[in-house]
Amino acid sequence: MTQSRNISSDGDVLLAVENLEISFGHAAVVKGVNLTVKQGEVLALVGESGSGKSMIGRSILGLLPEPGRVTQGHIRFGSEEITSPTSPEALRKLRGRSIGLIFQEPLSSLNPTMRIGEQMFEAMRLHTDLSESQIRERALDMLRQVRLDRPETLLNHYPHEFSGGMRQRIMIASVMMLQPKLLIADEPTTALDAVVQREVLDIMEELARANGTAVILISHDLAVVARYADRIAVMEQGVLVESGVTQKVLTRPQHPYTQRLLEAAQLGVPAPVAGREGEPLLKIENLSVDFTEKGWLGLVGGKVHHAVRDVSLTVAPGEFVGLVGKSGSGKSTIGRAVCGLTPSVGGRVTFDGRELGSLSSAEERKLRQRIRVVFQDPFSSLNPRMRIGRIIREGLRHDTSLSRAERQRAVEEMLEAVGLTREMANRFPHALSGGQRQRVAIARALIAKPDLIIADEPVSALDVTIQAQILSLLKRLQAEFGFACLFVSHDLHIVEQLCARLYVLHNGRLMESAATPDLFAAPRHPYTRLLLSASPRLQQSEDGVMLAETELPQDDSDVTDYYDATRPDDPYHLVEAKAGHIVAVRAREATSL
Amino acid sequence: MTFLFRLLGKPNGLIGAVMLVLVLFTAFLGAVWTPYDPLKSDLLNRFAEPGMAHPFGTDMFGRDVLSRLMRGAWVSVSIGLSTLILPVILGTLLGAAAGYFRGWFDRLLIMILDALMAFPGLLIALGLMAVIGANRFGVIMALSVAYLPAVTRVVRGSVLSISQNEFVEASTVMGNSRLYTLLIHILPNCLAPLIVLTTMMFGWVLLAESALSFLGLGVPPPEPSWGNILSEAKAHLMRYPLLGLLPGVCISIALLGVNLLGDALRDELDPKSGAAPSKETI
Repeated sequence: MTQSRNISSDGDVLLAVENLEISFGHAAVVKGVNLTVKQGEVLALVGESGSGKSMIGRSILGLLPEPGRVTQGHIRFGSEEITSPTSPEALRKLRGRSIGLIFQEPLSSLNPTMRIGEQMFEAMRLHTDLSESQIRERALDMLRQVRLDRPETLLNHYPHEFSGGMRQRIMIASVMMLQPKLLIADEPTTALDAVVQREVLDIMEELARANGTAVILISHDLAVVARYADRIAVMEQGVLVESGVTQKVLTRPQHPYTQRLLEAAQLGVPAPVAGREGEPLLKIENLSVDFTEKGWLGLVGGKVHHAVRDVSLTVAPGEFVGLVGKSGSGKSTIGRAVCGLTPSVGGRVTFDGRELGSLSSAEERKLRQRIRVVFQDPFSSLNPRMRIGRIIREGLRHDTSLSRAERQRAVEEMLEAVGLTREMANRFPHALSGGQRQRVAIARALIAKPDLIIADEPVSALDVTIQAQILSLLKRLQAEFGFACLFVSHDLHIVEQLCARLYVLHNGRLMESAATPDLFAAPRHPYTRLLLSASPRLQQSEDGVMLAETELPQDDSDVTDYYDATRPDDPYHLVEAKAGHIVAVRAREATSL
Repeated sequence: MTFLFRLLGKPNGLIGAVMLVLVLFTAFLGAVWTPYDPLKSDLLNRFAEPGMAHPFGTDMFGRDVLSRLMRGAWVSVSIGLSTLILPVILGTLLGAAAGYFRGWFDRLLIMILDALMAFPGLLIALGLMAVIGANRFGVIMALSVAYLPAVTRVVRGSVLSISQNEFVEASTVMGNSRLYTLLIHILPNCLAPLIVLTTMMFGWVLLAESALSFLGLGVPPPEPSWGNILSEAKAHLMRYPLLGLLPGVCISIALLGVNLLGDALRDELDPKSGAAPSKETI
């Protein structure tokens, strides 16, 4: 962001893609794409899954998966023709040396059996004549530049010993070490959570700008890449529908598809679902969940990992409550514990005034009928061997009062309520798209008219335009059926759309909770602030859509000693900073707030 | 139907199916009709050349080779099919219980199966036959036990991986019992690898039965099986190679057919081809 962006408009063209067509057998997945990348600029290539954006990136390096072929058009790098089937030798020299590539999953692009150092040296030996000690120096320097601590020791470790974010930084270091002229980053941070994503992309941009490397940043997330890109190119179903300077694309999108993408990225005006007054429907008190690692031969208990520690929360009837945190924060585990999928080691869960776990098994089963789940992954949450109608009808299996015909009618009504057609009852899940499958999962959950839905990242596996559809569907259905929802998500802006109150988790502990507007306007805990600043979003302003930098109020963390969940042994209290706004503070400072 | 078309549309699927149908047809025909009585010897007509009367000639006792091969096909195939029953049923039960309920039962079972699998299947079968006795029932029981671990492990593995799917958890949250979830949601999704394994196993059992008979531990003569026809021919192999060659060719055709069909089935049913759920398909 802070780097200068004065790339002259007629700057030297580094890469030119002309009228490119890529086909798999007879099906063209990329059609007539024209694209130029100038030296040192960052071009974002945006589109949803299946739009062909990754295929363009791969074709530049001649790495199309079988049976993909460039069937038409040219790719030129500088003055050299590098269209893949014609000049394999020229391409081989360019790879690594002049064009670097970063994939989405760093675990599979780093060789698991080779130490980090060896992998970094390998490319240098191949492409340069530096001596071993020079190469080593250079590798250490690069690791420092991607802000990894103690690089000397890192070189001797294996990829699996690092977190996803660190692996991706190592990947960036080893690719940028050769100072390529062009870097192709294919969804480099999609597998990472928001905070780490921001770090990694910042580092990548900084290094690229410092070295004058041009970047093609391929992503499905317009809001994320808008921060870094000089220009944006939008793909839809193999066609380049729009390209232009970032600001112009954001403020004056020409193509309807770009407009749709922008709308989806902004998610409209927040309209959280507030609950009704009175006794909470769900009350969790001091919940703790442990995971025990398998010990010797699986017979002896191994290391105990505290997934959730002393978390309390409430959900009012009809209220949408958000549970946010990055991966590993324990947010999903809480949802699973409420459903009875994961046993808790401490605390109480009360549903509709009755404590779960204290009832007879028949009564408990009956009570649990009123809690249903919508899972994250619509591809694994539907049994592939069952037809849609049967999948949804199964939600009514324990309602013995209904006749066969009534069930059938309920299924058909539910299908229509979630925006599908009655005919889909006879299809199998594989014939449906991801969004349609998630609608089926929602229908299955809602058909029993539950009082509480646990939604575990229900839209994070979907494309942004589909996300928006599913979220507005959830809102509409809430108005119709009146259920409450515990909404688990890593995406703050999604929960902002839906939830009246938010709970922020870190390392299994509650960091902060407040009404959604309060939390966004005045976040207190440093961790919440970090989460907020890491989530980019687009905002409607007077001259069109802008990239909004989240304006954070004055940081008071040097005044108040907030609890740091990365040091879990510190004692801490939850303190009510103001009515309904709770924040974790280190124990000895508890009184000073 | 479309599945059958896809399967037979591949060269290996089609060739395998044709070979297997030929073997099965011969076997079932051999059970009810053979040109001559396969057990009746004619000592005046030993080692007859192939001709009009005896298409494949006669053996050292003057018995018609074609008739013996046909009846032998029935004996071998019927033993092969009967041997599949026990491992498939018991293996599925054990594997499903171990994979889904886990716990001490799973650990104990895996330890026993690992120990069993440390020995070659044929060796286990040989040992068991020494106890049960060298007859048709003995062969079936011995081979059943020898192949039980393979089925159990495959089913357990599939149950473990299918259980990771969210639709299994969704079933739990809906209040379905564990048994219902296992029977309705998990086992139907484990059928594909089980079908492939069963097909392949049929081939292994045919080969193992031949091997046992060849060693004189299988079906006792004079009743013919492909293995003991081969065994009897070995004394005369130098002068009458056809006697050994013919049962060998029969075994080879059956095995090749089964393997080709099994490969085609695997390609068609493999999780990665999209017919069954797997993380890779996403």
